[in-house]
Amino acid sequence: MHKSDTVVLSLQHVSKHFGGLMAVDDVSFNVHEGEIYGLIGPNGAGKTTIFNLVTGIYGLTGGSISFYGSSLASLKPYQIAGEGITRTFQNIRLFKKLTSYENVLTACHRDADYGVFQTLLRLRVPGKLGKFATQEAALKEKTEELLRLMGLWEYRDMVASNLPYGLQRKLEIARALALNPKLLLLDEPAAGMNPEETQQLMRLICDIRDRFSLTVLIIEHHMDLIMGVCDHVFVLNFGKPLAEGTPEQVQNNEHVIEAYLGKEEAHAHA
Amino acid sequence: MSWYYIEGILINCGYVLMVVLGLSLLTGFTGLFSFGHAGFMAIGAYAAALCTLYLHIPYIPALIIGGLAAMLAGLFLGSFTLKLKGDYFCIATLGFGEAVRLIFDNVQALGGARGLSGMAMKTTLPVVLTVSAVAVAALVCLINSRHGRNMVAIREDELAAQVSGINVFRYKMMALAISALYAGIGGGLLAHYMGYIQPAMFKMVKSTEYTIIVIFGGLGSVTGSVVGTLLLTFLPELLREFENWRLVIYGLAVIIIMISRPRGLMGGTELRIGSLIRFFKNPFGFFRKRGAAGEEGGQGHA
Repeated sequence: MHKSDTVVLSLQHVSKHFGGLMAVDDVSFNVHEGEIYGLIGPNGAGKTTIFNLVTGIYGLTGGSISFYGSSLASLKPYQIAGEGITRTFQNIRLFKKLTSYENVLTACHRDADYGVFQTLLRLRVPGKLGKFATQEAALKEKTEELLRLMGLWEYRDMVASNLPYGLQRKLEIARALALNPKLLLLDEPAAGMNPEETQQLMRLICDIRDRFSLTVLIIEHHMDLIMGVCDHVFVLNFGKPLAEGTPEQVQNNEHVIEAYLGKEEAHAHA
Repeated sequence: MSWYYIEGILINCGYVLMVVLGLSLLTGFTGLFSFGHAGFMAIGAYAAALCTLYLHIPYIPALIIGGLAAMLAGLFLGSFTLKLKGDYFCIATLGFGEAVRLIFDNVQALGGARGLSGMAMKTTLPVVLTVSAVAVAALVCLINSRHGRNMVAIREDELAAQVSGINVFRYKMMALAISALYAGIGGGLLAHYMGYIQPAMFKMVKSTEYTIIVIFGGLGSVTGSVVGTLLLTFLPELLREFENWRLVIYGLAVIIIMISRPRGLMGGTELRIGSLIRFFKNPFGFFRKRGAAGEEGGQGHA
């Protein structure tokens, strides 16, 4: 998919203070449609806080966030998900005691709109009376499609907490995709994966971006993943913006090298 | 034991089951503990009794009005308290249950501590069986739908549910309202079985008893709630011979079950007709294929 000029997500002078701690301080960037945008920085730089601000889990201290031009400020997390922003978590948050199948099926709920009383009408007839059966069938089809796409179909009956770590991360992505997002936020999707799995994940991220015409915002520590898939990278340090640009630009940025490796080593490198 | 006696216990099971099913939806499926369900039951009982006694409304509509009254009380309570996290909500329901009882205790127009009497004893076994069957079927339908799945999602992980686009507050309200509706209908059944009601019937001990049944039967299992209700309603009656010791034995039985089966009798699984048939066809293959059974069962419901 080609990048377009449409701005999907725009952060303007965003800050978040927890008491005296400035977790995020005056951060601004734009994510364009179809882009894979990387968010990197040392531990505690405020990357996850930015995710929590975008998804409405935290309220803003200052600045504004807009999605396709409309402000997200007054929306609750579930409404933001409904607008088309979904995410995964750094410390995987699946519906642990449910199977993979149920995890994804649950998240498909926005595709159906039958009411409470319609759950009692289970006949498969056309029209309003058969809404439950037809919509449920569609949800199940979609769940199967998503699980097959993510290579989780064989594990559909396994309880989520029993899945291997890598698959849990994939399941979380599948669950996020079930909501038909326009923007997908991935919080350290490659954490705990070996290089081979990371490679696979990179391909998968590009794949789903093209298939679902998504825009992806990604937090990651694996530099090879960031350098491999991202179109743009934003670097944070102690809540403050440090650099922005293409992966190559960022890689050679003095401040970035300094933040990651310290001053002495930076000289040694040069 | 005479049939008359057993019939009485079964009718008892019927109204207890109504409350327990409602509580099962709230506690077992949505993950909210309540120690105030006797309060909802009291509201349902008084509303239904007033309807038949003074407004001369027929029995079945009166039961429904009782249920709706309890549901309104549930919505009222929920709008204040469902923003509270876990344990705090539990404490709020405890207070609510006691407050409701004390209000009925002190309002002389409603008979005060003597309560109401003279209701026609229309709660018979066929009525109870029909109501229970409808209640179970409706609950199973609800749980196996997107609404039920959203409630379970809230139980599993509230934050993940929120970012999955689930309106957590709305679904908690829905669970509480339906739960109160069930408890209210249960109260109406009780009022028209005994022929009289007193505030003392709706003490906190009762609420606790219902919660025990839900946990004993297994959180997140409708069949568990049904089996739990039958066992724990019959047990104290069967133990009547032991007089003062019967509650000790009752307590011991509950403790032993919880130690040997920490997730309750059924613990998150359902007894399905399909899996029973499979079990009797091939008892040995059943357990090996268990992994695949859940999915088939799920599709069988659609």
